[in-house]
Parts: sequence; C-alpha cells; structure tokens
Amino acid sequence: MITRLEDRELKRRSRRELLKLAPLAALGVFAVPKASDWLVGEGVRFSDWAAGKLFQRQHLAPTFSNASVVPFAKFPYNGYDVLDPEVDLPNWTLTVEGDVQRPGEYKLAQVQALPKINQNTRHICVEGWDVIGAFGGTRISDFLAHVGANPKARFIEVECSDDYYESIDMESALHPQSLLCYEMYGQPLDRKHGAPLRLQMPTKLGYKQAKYLETLRVTSVLKPGKTGYWEDQGYSWYGGL
Amino acid sequence: MAEGEEKRSGPEPEAQTDAMQTEAEARQPEPEVPLKASPSAPSDVHAQRKESAPAASASPAETVAEEPASTKEPELVIAEKISAAKIGSEKISAAKASATEVRAAYEHPLAIRVTHWINAVCVFVLVTSGLRIFRAFPSFGPKIPEQDLIDIPKAITLGGWLGGALQWHFTFMWLFAASGAVYLLYQFLSGHYRTVLFTPKDISGVWPMVRHYFLFGPKPPVTGQYNPLQKLAYTSTVGFGILSLLTGLVLYKPAQYSWLAFLFGGFHLTRIWHFASMCGFVAFVPGHLIMVALHGWSNFYSMLAGWKREPEYQD
Repeated sequence: MITRLEDRELKRRSRRELLKLAPLAALGVFAVPKASDWLVGEGVRFSDWAAGKLFQRQHLAPTFSNASVVPFAKFPYNGYDVLDPEVDLPNWTLTVEGDVQRPGEYKLAQVQALPKINQNTRHICVEGWDVIGAFGGTRISDFLAHVGANPKARFIEVECSDDYYESIDMESALHPQSLLCYEMYGQPLDRKHGAPLRLQMPTKLGYKQAKYLETLRVTSVLKPGKTGYWEDQGYSWYGGL
Repeated sequence: MAEGEEKRSGPEPEAQTDAMQTEAEARQPEPEVPLKASPSAPSDVHAQRKESAPAASASPAETVAEEPASTKEPELVIAEKISAAKIGSEKISAAKASATEVRAAYEHPLAIRVTHWINAVCVFVLVTSGLRIFRAFPSFGPKIPEQDLIDIPKAITLGGWLGGALQWHFTFMWLFAASGAVYLLYQFLSGHYRTVLFTPKDISGVWPMVRHYFLFGPKPPVTGQYNPLQKLAYTSTVGFGILSLLTGLVLYKPAQYSWLAFLFGGFHLTRIWHFASMCGFVAFVPGHLIMVALHGWSNFYSMLAGWKREPEYQD
C-alpha cells in the first residue's frame, strides 16, 4: 500500500525500523570461533535432549524381508582402528559391573541361553550410507534383567577389545530391538564384525553399536569427556535414529 | 512504460478542478503526514496532492520572507531550506509539505525482516555444512561398491570435518525450523502472504517476466509488490524449506518417523529429496542476489528498514 510521506518522515521511520533489527547484529558475535564452538556444542546438546524426547520406546524400527537384505559380502566392515583386535574367543567372557545385583564374568553361552531374536534391520552410518542386514542375538533388556541391573539406572557403558568405548541411554538400551548380537546372516559373528559379541540397535547410528564387547557397566553417571570414542571428539552423544 | 505515465500525471493535473482539491483537503485536514492512504479515497487523492504543488509556490515565498538569510537564494535551494526549517514547526501547510513528499510503502513488517535474515544465515550454514556431511559419503547408491557422485571442494564447506559439520547442521536446523514457523505463522495470521503467495492466476505472468529478464523482452507492467516470477521464486523457497525440514527429519530420525520415510519413498529417496531441496536453495540464492543488486539500494534497504522509497507499483 502506497503512502505519501515527507522525505524526512520516511527517513525517520526507516531509521526507527532499522534500529529494531539491531539486536540481530549482536548475533554477529558467533562469527568468533570460540563463541560458535560454544553455540554448536549447545545446539547438539539441545538436539540430543530433543531426540530423547522424540524417542518412542515401543515404536519399532522398520524390519525387512530376507529378499531385501544385502548379501553378506556387501555388508561393510567398519572400524575406527584395527578391524580384528585378535580376541581370544575360546576364553572370552563379558565383564558385568556397576549397578547390578549379579556382577561378574559371563560366558557367551550364558548370553545365548536367553531368548534369541532374529531381525533384518537397517544399519545406518553417520556418514550417510546404510545396509540392511540380518542379525541375531539376545535382547539387552533380557540380559540386564538376567544380571539384576537396577531398572532405574540411566545408562549402560561398554568397553571393547579395540579400546573403543560407548555409552547408551537406558531407554534405548531397553528397546525391544536392541540386541547383544552374536550372529549375522545365521552365522556366528565374524572377527571383523565384532566377534564374539557386539551391540546391534536399529534405533542408533552405527558408531553407537560397539563391537568386540569386553565390559558392560550399568551406571547413572557418565564420566565427562569419556562418553564415547567419537562423541568425545564431537559426534552427537545420543546418536539416535 | 509505467515511469513515463507517472511523470505525465504529475505536472498535468491542473486540468482537474480546484473543487476536487478543496474537497480532498477538507477530508484530510493534515495531509502532510498521511499514515495510510485511506481506502475510501484512493489514487485521485495522490493526484490532487501533487496538483497542489504549483499552487504552493505562493506560500514558500511567504516563509522566505520570514527568513532573512534565505531571501537571495535561488528557488530550489530555498525549497530545501524551507523543508529543513519545517522540522519542529507545528503549522505545516499541505502546500509546503508537498515540496519534499515522496511515495513510500511499508513492504516488509518486522517479523518478515527478522525471519528473512535469520533464514538467510540458516540456509548458508545448512547448505555449507550439509555439503561437508555429503562429502563423507558422496553417493546415493550402495556402500559396496561405492560410486562417488561429486567431489565437493572442502573450501565451500563448513565444519572442518564430518563431526563439526554435523554440529552446525544439528544446531541451525532447529533455528531454521523455528524461524520458518514464525515466518509462515506471521504470513498467514496477518494476511501478508497475499503479496507473495504464487497462485494459479500468476502463472500467465511468469513467462513475460522471464522473457524480460533473460531475452530483453518488454517490461510487463508493475502491478504489485512482487511480480509473478518473484512470487514463484519466493513461494518455491518456502517449498524447498518445508521439503528440506521434512526430509531432514526423516534422515535425522528414520526409525522414529518410519511412516514419513515411507511417504517419501524410503530412506534412499529421502536422501535424494533432501539433496534436491538444497539444490533448490542453491539455484535460488544467486538469482535472488543478482536481482537485488540490479534493483538498487532502496530495494535492498527495504528488507532492513521495512519501507521502500518510490515503489514502482501504483496502489
């Protein structure tokens, strides 16, 4: 709508409107690297918080027919360091500690004695690629009940033979599709895929699904700067899907 | 063309009757600060005010008489001095004011300007960090065998590495969503969207604008704040924004929003849609910047100060 204004009046009004935008200029402070580091750090923290709120405990990730599963040969081996940390498979045990009633060393057979779940789910890497694979294992929730984990504990932490480490929020760990996985494609997990036991969680990104598990700890406190190998370098801790 | 007509209508209106002028002034006793052209008295009022300019030549002379220093100065300078002297003066006649009166339009309300600039920053950050994320797996196919599509130069990306880029992306996606939501809410609640929303009746006007810009065709008449091509471009960016946010939500939480992934044709296609929406922005931004540069300062300044001086359109 056209208005007729005296030139000075137009200038005065324009200046007043321009001033209203001035607070936006203050955001220029985030051009300073220290400020922007802080900003994006807080942004990821908010993102993780929101992701936890969006998580639906009983909502299942999509599962697929055997025909949709990629051939085993096309399921990538992925690791941060060595693909085969030469785990002593015959003598392997899982150390369970922390907020549990029955801590100690658990043999693979004890894990396998719990109900077995087979699922064809999508494995998604933070890089953007994905593969649909066939996995078999024990529900983490069943195993935690088996070792008498405190149901109110907030996290599980795992440590791996390749010095990788991870921590997972309890809600995601208790999800019905979250597995202690010991099989892929109907065969025992091979060394480079994390033998003898790995996490397999279709509600988490690949980097959360630690391989070559050695220790599982139930806790309500995470050590700052020691929440996950990649997370400590800047990846989102929640890493949910 | 439009400008020519405008100039012609200025000096000529002496032909119109003095009666009309008096009537208009009677309706608006203080016309030097017309906040809004009232809908009941449309463009003829403007014409009359312009008309009053020649009649005013008598009164500046009177004012000059009151200012001894100015008496010897040429008429034009005098007029400027007068307008300066007017500031703070309570009694300004319509005749004097018309000497410095300009046409202006409050085109961009505060909410639109704020969200425009926030969105501009968001789009810049999201595109550049998104390209860095894409570098980690520059393909839409399988991981094995991987066939990389393009090698995006690091120099045009933000974040330094995948993790850093994700931090920027995960921060600014919320800002973009919030700012976009405020923008859309404001547009629809205020009714301001009518100036910019591309509707079927704009379709026929797109080609003449394209022909004008790219093929040196004749300039179609300017009828509103935005021409049909602008409406198409701006409405499309809103579409790109919505598409990028929805597809982004699927890529961020493909398990939680598996139904939405299904609607987009699955995880892989969603990645392609997300990339396509980015391409939409990448196509829009340079064109937008070039047009802003071509249309000059007053056009650019209006997105900062809201007011546009001497808009090309008439009502």
